[in-house]
Amino acid sequence: MGVASSIMGSALASCSGPQNVLDPAGPPNRSINHLFWAMLVVAAIIWAAVVVAALWAALSRRRRTREDLEPIVDVPNEEQRRHVGIVTGLVGATVVTLLIFLVYDFTVGRALAERPSRSLTIEVIGHQWWWEVHYIDPDPSKLLVDANELHIPAGEPVQVKLKSQDVIHSFWVPNIIGKRDLIPGYTSSLFLHADKPGVYRAQCAEFCGLEHAKMALPVIVHSRADFAAWLAEARSPAAEPNDSSAKEGKKVFLAGACSSCHALTGVEAYGTIGPNLTHIASRRTIAAGTLPNTRGNLGGWIVDPQSIKPGARMPSNQLAAKDLRNLIDYLETLK
Amino acid sequence: MSSRFERGAWRVRRDATRTTRHALLLLTLTACERENRRFSENPPTAAPTASALVVSQLQPGPAVVEPKIEAPYDDNAWAVSEGKALFNAMNCSGCHFQGGGGIGPALMDEEWIYGSDPQQIFASIAEGRPNGMPAWKYKLGTQQIWELVSYVRSLSSLNPKGARGGRDDHMMVKPPEASTPQTKPKMASTPPGDD
Repeated sequence: MGVASSIMGSALASCSGPQNVLDPAGPPNRSINHLFWAMLVVAAIIWAAVVVAALWAALSRRRRTREDLEPIVDVPNEEQRRHVGIVTGLVGATVVTLLIFLVYDFTVGRALAERPSRSLTIEVIGHQWWWEVHYIDPDPSKLLVDANELHIPAGEPVQVKLKSQDVIHSFWVPNIIGKRDLIPGYTSSLFLHADKPGVYRAQCAEFCGLEHAKMALPVIVHSRADFAAWLAEARSPAAEPNDSSAKEGKKVFLAGACSSCHALTGVEAYGTIGPNLTHIASRRTIAAGTLPNTRGNLGGWIVDPQSIKPGARMPSNQLAAKDLRNLIDYLETLK
Repeated sequence: MSSRFERGAWRVRRDATRTTRHALLLLTLTACERENRRFSENPPTAAPTASALVVSQLQPGPAVVEPKIEAPYDDNAWAVSEGKALFNAMNCSGCHFQGGGGIGPALMDEEWIYGSDPQQIFASIAEGRPNGMPAWKYKLGTQQIWELVSYVRSLSSLNPKGARGGRDDHMMVKPPEASTPQTKPKMASTPPGDD
């Protein structure tokens, strides 16, 4: 009894969480969930009925005589006519059930494809193995380039345009929206619509190479006011360091290998091979959701990323201890 | 008579089939470990010393025997492909184009201004060269430069064929490195900057 209840408990516990299709956080996913549960319940009832019928057929006692089994002339009797009636009725019921689900499925599909005329547009570009995120604005000077974190406002549909830099990836925020592939040379699009603020986790859902599993994307849903504030903050250039060690760290960043691949808005670092680091200190995770953003993890990632994420484009950096400390000091000022 | 001949032919065929089958079986075993990807070098691969900058045999005093450094990635297909990715990512193509040369010298012909040995190419990339080649040693790690060295060598087929790229990720602008004929490196006839 205790075991059964604990299994039930863990099954229920798995119905919530930041990466869970069964815990919808917005209208599109909720309608998909309704469809899923409706199909599951109806299919379960039908399955149970079929199993019961099969068991009944297998276990019921034979009531036929020898003459019934070997008819000399095949004349439909009362029982056979009844069987034909039952089979026809069940086939009809199957067709009707499938048709109802077909119509239901189309309705859900149409609801997902709904295209609001005005909405925020975000471009998500897949790289091996991280996410580049562009917040598009009609004013090109307000374009915000960010990485490895997706911020959206709650309560309105947000258009996400999906592109890929190298191979096919797939964008999947289980709580908010289903999968869509990011295909090189082709732009696909979908709408994210979340109800309330929260933090969810997206994950690349198409095998894209060695570190496919470590290609996650925290999705942060803000209230509308918070989102506007976040956007304004994120558009600001990289913070100028105040203390001496961070100032030294900035020199390490600019003179060393960091700036060949990483960009800092407002500073002479223009690399586009790796994620933009203008606000690295505000991010929750580093290396595309691989590690929590702590000082120790950051240091380990800079010095030896290849033992954390083997095959990632980030090379191991042999820095003097002092340079490394200063560099981390600098990165921690980039709020 | 004919039946004996047929039997003989059948035996030959059977032996041939068995040999083929064994050969195929052996092939499946060899395919298990083609090469190892070395994601990081620990301790880091030694960078060539300043002596690698010597590009001519002419020098005062007795001849100095230069230790030859083997390119660590010449026979590693994955590292060569990483070098190719870096070649475009670091905009080497901006001057050398896809190896055909333009603003900078061609890398797929037999002429080498500063030498075709691995350590000489390493020095060219790491230290830079006169007339425009920047020094990359502050901007790239030693491992990355070695990957670039092997890719540059693959452009004129100086590394083993198995490690050379067979196709491009994008539209092909030249035959792939794997089908480029091997060249015989020689020193450039014109000094740099004269052409």
